[in-house]
Amino acid sequence: MSETPGRPKRKNPLLRTRVPLLPPRGRSRVALGLTAAAALGRFELQVCPECGTVQYPPREACHRCLSLDLVWQAQSGEGELISETVLHHSHDLYFRDRMPWRLGMVRLDCGPTLLAHLHCGVAVAPCRVRIVARLDKAGQAALIAVSGRFDICEGAAEMADDIHLREMTCDPRCRKVLVTDGKTALGQALTRAFVAAGADIVWAGCAEPWKRSAGLEEVERLEAVTVVPLDVTNGDSVKSLGAALGAKVDILINNAEVHRPYGIAARYGTEAARSEMDVNYLGLLRLAQEFGPVMRARGADGYSSATAWVNLLSVYALSSFPTHGTYSASKAAAYSLAQCLRAEMQSAGVRVVNVFPGPLDDEWNQELPPPKMSAQALAKAIVKGLQDGVEDLFPGEVAQEWLARWLEDPKILERELAIGR
Amino acid sequence: MTSDTLDSLVADLTSGAIRIVDLTQTLSPETAPIVLPPEAGQCWPFRLEQISRYDERGPAWYWNNFSCGEHTGTHFDAPIHWVSGRDLPNNTTDTVPPQHLIGPACVIDCSGRVATNPDFLLTVDYVMDWEREHGRILPRSWLLMRSDWSKRSDPCAYQNIDEEGPHTPGPDVEVIRFLIEERDIIGFGSEAIGTDAGQGAHLRPPYPCHYYMHGSGRYGLQCLTNLELLPPRGSVIICPPLKIRNGSGSPLRVLALVPRLT
Repeated sequence: MSETPGRPKRKNPLLRTRVPLLPPRGRSRVALGLTAAAALGRFELQVCPECGTVQYPPREACHRCLSLDLVWQAQSGEGELISETVLHHSHDLYFRDRMPWRLGMVRLDCGPTLLAHLHCGVAVAPCRVRIVARLDKAGQAALIAVSGRFDICEGAAEMADDIHLREMTCDPRCRKVLVTDGKTALGQALTRAFVAAGADIVWAGCAEPWKRSAGLEEVERLEAVTVVPLDVTNGDSVKSLGAALGAKVDILINNAEVHRPYGIAARYGTEAARSEMDVNYLGLLRLAQEFGPVMRARGADGYSSATAWVNLLSVYALSSFPTHGTYSASKAAAYSLAQCLRAEMQSAGVRVVNVFPGPLDDEWNQELPPPKMSAQALAKAIVKGLQDGVEDLFPGEVAQEWLARWLEDPKILERELAIGR
Repeated sequence: MTSDTLDSLVADLTSGAIRIVDLTQTLSPETAPIVLPPEAGQCWPFRLEQISRYDERGPAWYWNNFSCGEHTGTHFDAPIHWVSGRDLPNNTTDTVPPQHLIGPACVIDCSGRVATNPDFLLTVDYVMDWEREHGRILPRSWLLMRSDWSKRSDPCAYQNIDEEGPHTPGPDVEVIRFLIEERDIIGFGSEAIGTDAGQGAHLRPPYPCHYYMHGSGRYGLQCLTNLELLPPRGSVIICPPLKIRNGSGSPLRVLALVPRLT
């Protein structure tokens, strides 16, 4: 196992870059329920409401009473590791590159017994463990047995270096990060948060440098931070930075956005809406065309491979918030394009993480009552989301509430939002 | 039918007795647009998007789409640009009389004063001093304010914005009224991003050059360059804007015909 104290050696740039391979990605439709929960950072299993059975692996019917009426429910994952083995040989190309690989059988307290990857912090069987669901390089759910609160214990950073977690999460430690807009409070909070999380370098983009940003000048004093010119509305600018840095960026955080608080009637014309689309939608497209291919090429580039592409969307992408209607529309367009990017990046194991916050506590939400999310809280949530390996992040209570209402019934939510609730 | 004047012009252009000086900044995505508060409508910066470049999108040809505001880069202001000129006849880019687009230029050098004071305002006294040396400004002349501001190639230095907003040179209120009422100039040209000073919002009326010039059917040119290559008087500028229907202005190429010093 990779018990790596401190920083691992840098990759020798003269060596061939390993081609990204994926673990087996085929899943039945019903098994994708496990993936859907893992995408949100949850471990869920099918539960039969009729006989109470919790079952694994996922099936179309309850294996005890044959009921078809199964529901997915969050599980604690507590259980016992009853046996373990270390894999030294595999016919699968992905695992052949990553031998040896530790696996074990875990009997969950809720009933089923399952095969799981074993985190390096797990003691020799038999012992108590907890199962967590993560997305593997293929974007499918994988189950990892961990020991207690491994993520907050002493040596948590080294624990995060465990090969399973390094493969199945997007930890910024020892990685190079590009924050596309360093001029906003959020961009500066993100930059600080990534430095604090152990990123090697954080590049902070700066458009229209003639409009000064005191906050950015302050962040630039941090040793790990470099300000770079980047205007996502300018294809030349994106291309130049992609050429200069593309092969170095391991995590790209696209937080560049324009937000004007208008619906249709409150702002005549298309100029403001067009600038929202130009940054929020076309900006993503420009970045994806210049940075996407080279990040895909580095999806398996050793310990500090290219690992994640984060899009700052909005919970309004799910359903229009009419008083911010043009912004909602631009975020819905960006969400759709981000799904396309996710499909294209998947083949290289680079994760596209979509972030759907509720309203931020910034100047464009001045007229909205609290709760509003602070830049610091959102930045922290994004870093944690990467460390936890989630794919869709709904940070904060407003976003969680909207998500729950949207999942329950999108039509009801639309009616509620139409009258401003 | 021939014209001796045109024949000799062509001969002088060919011989170099008359030089052509380009007073235009190069349009590029780095061309800084005027800055307004973010809640206001915004002038688009210049953007270029490739249509094809001898590739699968067009195998034998290279071309681009570009987009920008009417007031991006070196540009022409028509009278309709300002509310004071909204109801005048022939006040748009498509109706401006073509004979107004070629005319003599007087170049007033303020570069020494601007070097030490970016907020320098051109005054009547300054113009009168210039006239004592170079003679009275003729009616229907362009008045070009040379500041060497265009030498600021860094966009931040060109915009020159601090906590109180932009600091760039321009005319004061009295000189604009004087140039219109006493000298009948046809237009005012500047090397800075606007014909008015960066702090022109604090003058009375705000933005006097826009207010009075356009209110009396006259024109503006901004983001000019190479004014140091023009003599104080004796050159002729050619400045036709794009023929945009109901246009308030347009990016353009400004050329000056300059007699060689003998």
